[in-house]
Amino acid sequence: MFYGTDLSSRLMLGTAQYPSPAVLREAITASGAEVITVSLRREGKDGGAFRDILKDSGCRILPNTAGCHTAGEAVTTARMARELFGTSWIKLEVIGHADTLQPDPFALVEAARILCADGFDVFPYTTEDLIVGERLLEAGCKVLMPWGAPIGSGQGLRNIEGLRAMRAHFSGIPLVIDAGIGSPSQAAQAMEMGFDAVLLNTAVAKALDPVQMARAFGQAVAAGQMAYTAGLMPRRDMAHASTPVFGMAELLP
Amino acid sequence: MLVKINGEDRVIRAQTLELLVAEEGFEPTDVATALDGEFVPREERGSALLRAGARVEILTPMQGG
Repeated sequence: MFYGTDLSSRLMLGTAQYPSPAVLREAITASGAEVITVSLRREGKDGGAFRDILKDSGCRILPNTAGCHTAGEAVTTARMARELFGTSWIKLEVIGHADTLQPDPFALVEAARILCADGFDVFPYTTEDLIVGERLLEAGCKVLMPWGAPIGSGQGLRNIEGLRAMRAHFSGIPLVIDAGIGSPSQAAQAMEMGFDAVLLNTAVAKALDPVQMARAFGQAVAAGQMAYTAGLMPRRDMAHASTPVFGMAELLP
Repeated sequence: MLVKINGEDRVIRAQTLELLVAEEGFEPTDVATALDGEFVPREERGSALLRAGARVEILTPMQGG
């Protein structure tokens, strides 16, 4: 459950960088995503067309505070987004570094505290750091969104052991892998590890065929989720014959 | 009066944020506004007085990740 909302598709899709509004529209449908992320900017040239896509998609809107570098900017952006999109959901990003796009955990916690107290449902973009995660929960967040890898890098889960530890530490808290996913297999891997959802954008938008890739990601996320629910076999260090030895014929001449 | 709208220096006639949004040709519900870095809710735009040098942001939905 994400702030009281259950999602049947656990893929959350970004809406930026698509070759055209028509491709974006098709990709959203093909992905099966029920949550799409959006932003807030000075009026661009196709603002009207984009508003129509949001309306027609039927998806729940998750506005972001992308590009904000201070808690103050992020809080103001979040309040503007709440009014404009009519939702208390906010993907809280407070960027610490323009080149690495690494979250600034101190400003993130500060902004999260203000927004949670103001009635927002905060989805904080964070690292796999356990203490930062605890501070965010104390601030009032009920979901955490650790990065897989730096935004737009397509590197997949760069610190698998750290993410595994985070999953175990925050059992029962919805965790969404946000950013850095490059391929459907990486998204499936995150879901197999027990993460609750995957949020991505560039891997679909910058694919040769974004609509096909959106479909592939939708299926991979569903497969990974199903595999986690089904329970993966334990890993073994040695071979173990799967065909029974009992009843084996003696065929040596 | 000279103000900054979305980062651009502009000479405007509007005295309030509500009038400015209309003067710029926006539907009031299509935009979110901030004055000098602080969010101004839609219902408070009419009482948000503009003064020379004010920094106004008028934002709309945009693609995002």
